Amino acid sequence: MSEATQARARTSQQKVAAGLKRRYRAELRFRSYGIAAVALGLLFVAFLFFSIISKGYTAFEQTFVRLEVSYAADKIDPDGKRAPADLEGANYEALVRQALRERFPEVTERGDLRKLYGLLSGSAETVVRARVLADPNRIGSRETLWLMADDHVDMLVKGHIDRNVPEDERSIDDRELGWIDRLTAEHRVEVRFNPKFLTGGDSREPEQAGVRGAVMGSLFTLLVTLFLSFPIGVAAAVYLEEFAKRNRLTDIIEVNINNLAAVPSIVFGLLGLAMFIQFFGLPRSAPLVGGLVLTLMTLPTIIITSRAALKAVPPSIREAAFGMGASPVQAVLHHVLPLAMPGMLTGAIIGMARALGESAPLLMIGMVAFIADVPKTLSDPATVLPVQVYLWASSPERAFVERTSGAIMVLLAFLLVMNAAAVFLRSRFERRW
Amino acid sequence: MHTSVIVVAILVLTALGYRLGRRRSVALVGGPRGTRNLHSLPSYYGFLTALWCALPALGVLGAWHLLDERVIVGAVLAELPPDMQHLPADQQGLLLNDVRNVVSGSLPAAEARPEVQSAAREWRRLQSLSNAAGASLALCLGLAGGALAWRRISPELRARNGVERVVEIALALCSMIAILTTIGIILSVLYEALNFFRVVPLTDFIFGTTWSPQMAMRADQVGSSGAFGAVPLFTGTLLISLIAMAIAVPIGLFSAICLAEYADRRLRAVIKPLLEVLAGIPTVVYGFFAALTVGPLLRSAGQFAGLEVASESALSAGFVMGIMIIPFVSSLADDMITAVPQSLRDGAYALGATRSETIRRVVLPAALPGIVGGVLLAVSRAIGETMIVVMAAGLAAKLTFNPLEAVTTVTVQIVTLLIGDNEFNSPKTLSAFALGLVLFVATLLLNIIALKIVRKYREQYE
Amino acid sequence: MSTEIAPTDPNVRIRVPRARVAAAADDSQPGSKIETKTVGQVTVADAVMTARRVNVHYGEKHAVKDVSLDIGRNAVIALIGPSGCGKSTFLRCLNRMNDTIDSARVDGSITLDGVDIYEKRQDVVQLRARVGMVFQKPNPFPKSIYENIAYGPRIHGLAANRAELDEVVQTSLAKAGLWEEVKDRLDHPGTGLSGGQQQRLCIARAIAVDPEVILMDEPCSALDPIATARIEDLIDELRQNYAIVIVTHNMQQAARVSQRTAYFHLGELVEVGATNQIFTNPRHRLTEDYITGRFG
Repeated sequence: MSEATQARARTSQQKVAAGLKRRYRAELRFRSYGIAAVALGLLFVAFLFFSIISKGYTAFEQTFVRLEVSYAADKIDPDGKRAPADLEGANYEALVRQALRERFPEVTERGDLRKLYGLLSGSAETVVRARVLADPNRIGSRETLWLMADDHVDMLVKGHIDRNVPEDERSIDDRELGWIDRLTAEHRVEVRFNPKFLTGGDSREPEQAGVRGAVMGSLFTLLVTLFLSFPIGVAAAVYLEEFAKRNRLTDIIEVNINNLAAVPSIVFGLLGLAMFIQFFGLPRSAPLVGGLVLTLMTLPTIIITSRAALKAVPPSIREAAFGMGASPVQAVLHHVLPLAMPGMLTGAIIGMARALGESAPLLMIGMVAFIADVPKTLSDPATVLPVQVYLWASSPERAFVERTSGAIMVLLAFLLVMNAAAVFLRSRFERRW
Repeated sequence: MHTSVIVVAILVLTALGYRLGRRRSVALVGGPRGTRNLHSLPSYYGFLTALWCALPALGVLGAWHLLDERVIVGAVLAELPPDMQHLPADQQGLLLNDVRNVVSGSLPAAEARPEVQSAAREWRRLQSLSNAAGASLALCLGLAGGALAWRRISPELRARNGVERVVEIALALCSMIAILTTIGIILSVLYEALNFFRVVPLTDFIFGTTWSPQMAMRADQVGSSGAFGAVPLFTGTLLISLIAMAIAVPIGLFSAICLAEYADRRLRAVIKPLLEVLAGIPTVVYGFFAALTVGPLLRSAGQFAGLEVASESALSAGFVMGIMIIPFVSSLADDMITAVPQSLRDGAYALGATRSETIRRVVLPAALPGIVGGVLLAVSRAIGETMIVVMAAGLAAKLTFNPLEAVTTVTVQIVTLLIGDNEFNSPKTLSAFALGLVLFVATLLLNIIALKIVRKYREQYE
Repeated sequence: MSTEIAPTDPNVRIRVPRARVAAAADDSQPGSKIETKTVGQVTVADAVMTARRVNVHYGEKHAVKDVSLDIGRNAVIALIGPSGCGKSTFLRCLNRMNDTIDSARVDGSITLDGVDIYEKRQDVVQLRARVGMVFQKPNPFPKSIYENIAYGPRIHGLAANRAELDEVVQTSLAKAGLWEEVKDRLDHPGTGLSGGQQQRLCIARAIAVDPEVILMDEPCSALDPIATARIEDLIDELRQNYAIVIVTHNMQQAARVSQRTAYFHLGELVEVGATNQIFTNPRHRLTEDYITGRFG
């Protein structure tokens, strides 16, 4: 090696060494960006869940007030015949009011009385009626009942209403505050589990509102979606993957499916409105139409995942079947489809999970109406869980905030179960070839 | 006879056809021992007979039900008194509606005019006649088809091939639904949008800068024509998408780099699904989060800094949308980065490059087209996103680029214009379809471009 | 709906001029002159299958060029040659497995017992029941051993009842020399067997439908020497009842199991003859170069 090259090599090495420190710093910096990004992402997940759950867990509990109700015979069944129609139609509200008046005998003025009655939820009388109808022998006796409090009382007890703000800025005035404090001091106020949130339909009164109607609506809608989109999606995937010749038409179908998968969901809502409701005259707000719209929306996803599942079945299986003299239809039906089924089911569940969380297209076809009844058929007006979330989120009452979060928790629980099922299916049946 | 009874009858006939076809095929070759002399398994002969029985019958029945009303309407109109036959089209429609209501029983017959009553009687008579005719035709065809197929059964008949052909056609029809959906979208959106452009010129819609679709009830009210300039909606949509991308792209890209290039496999297996949880959360949840948590948070932060932040601001909607899109960007970028061949990295390492230098100088440039495609897909996602903006962005159609103010977007307007019972043909509702058309075309173009880029990129390394 | 649907895949266009089919039928008479560049006797006295001037194109690629060859009854013929020489493609023409590839196009005529198998009326399904196939990699169905064997008889309706099916399964496994090893675990998955057992299972599966010809595409390339030896013994036994066409890269194997050997080169059938003669006294330069290991 000549003198010159040696010298050049030495200076190069020196230059490299001199730059090393800077380069390692840059390395560290770059790496910390990455870690920061991941950490931020995880932080968002945690924050989102924290904010929902911390707001929402109280929706499963409700404030109840313990009162002694007397089933006065003269009020319920004056003629003593115990006729069911009489029992059904009796004025139970009066019994509840009576019980309240007994607690607070000093309240006599009309306006104050109305406020006093307002402490209890409107559902209190239905509870009393149910007790009587369940056992008419109760008439004439007294019973201690836990009756649901009004949503304002509930908010106060749960600490969402600040006692320290001036009286005219809170929804509960000082008198009511006094009554509630007295009841609390007498251990008559308690926050207990509220089954009505899970079993009741929607209501204008926050404390009576439940998610059952929306859950049933979601269930019906998803059933329609599942029964249409899964068979059609699998059939389409089988055709495209196993039978179709590569030609212009199949190319168009493929491009089409890929593009449909990325069309905004609201556009499917427009389609549903214009086609199913305006053109075919199907009923508004019905799970049937919702299911149809969601079918069209999830179909591309199901076709794409089903095709992937079919692709994952090794060609040697098909060859073996063909080699035995199986026809293409037999090869697919007997061998390929059973092997691809877990993958297809996984895809279908994920598609269904997405459909369950979808709300925008359903707004278009009128599934946003206020519906207090729990739907019983596919054409009853209904709403779905995410739309229920949207409806409650836009309600002004403070108490609906926790309902909304609670409904979100129910929704997320369903999604969690579905995704867990998908993960389970995948891990249980996934084959490595 | 009720239609469902006919359908059940056809199904029974079909089941019978299956049994008979099967039995005949077996009998022709002298019992079960001889079935190897048949071209196909006996059940295929059964299926073939059943198909010949069911398909023509059900097809005719369906077609009959689609078409019979037209014939009936024609006949009923011809029976009307001469003075009522030459009514203008809209009055004739009203008349027919009355008749229809009487027939269906939603209008008591006693309340209707005598002509309508007699027309309704005629309608009912024709309807039952048509039902009977359709039913008997369908049943006859089913019987005839089944009998024909049954007679044709012979050991040489290629029953399996016939049945499989039908299966293949059915499968092909299923795959056509994708195309039908696209056509349906285009037709329904385009049709209503064209109706809208007949009232409001296209140029006013695309270049106008005021959006106030509320049509006045009375003609003499101010601004009775409404204003349909969509520019504020476009800028609002772009602003929110821009904010979302400003959040999602750096975080998504860097976390993809971190996960693909730095994290070890076990960590990756935990963190990746956790990040993807964000993609599985329904958008309405994000909307709620934006409206009730992020909005107030930003507002108080703004107050602290002396800034006026609207409670429904572009920033809060865009920020939350960005969070939603993070996993979308990161998983796409992850795919693209892992698709870069190891040999390229090895080349850089062999020259003494550090990891970050390799990533920045070799991996990222190589993966760039794919990442750009992914980002475009994410943009199309952001443009089409509805619930977050509906719940957190507001309704004010303001032409502004200030992220602290409330803006509105195309999707928000579609939702607000179409929620509730609107008169379907007013420009207000039709404008929603025009907006839908813009949305569809814009996202479609973005998708086509993005998919093309991504595919080209993938092919490069295959 | 027509019940007489051509079973052929419409994308595989087969151009078989009538005149040529007739000529091919004549050519199948032993001793008659066949227009071919192949060195050696392509015809045999007792041919179960005959191929005449077969050409296969994969899109632009001309994979098999003008090959004429007879498959003799109760004999093993080995197809040898370097990779990509078209021997596997030719093999797959014999039971129309190329139909499953969209871009493949087959010209020429191939007959089975004198009937053109590429004729429009020919049902591929029946054809494949008569010309079975064993693949390079053992590919049992992911089902039980019993179901693997029973599948063919079931779809072809070969067994009238369960007892007959049981019998078919047992005899097929016995013929494949696998019965003793698996008779106690017929309900175990076929994929749980060892590689060699799996390949014998595949052979048993092919035998179960009573084929006339069995095609084997490098059946031992994925197996160890002991398993290979067992399969080779099995092939020798099966020769009693079936015509066997085997593609192999292993020249010792060709020499051990076959009576005739055909040497393919770049899609052409260069030389065919008795195995002894090919390995001891090849007549064509290319054959000699390959046999002596000058390339391959």
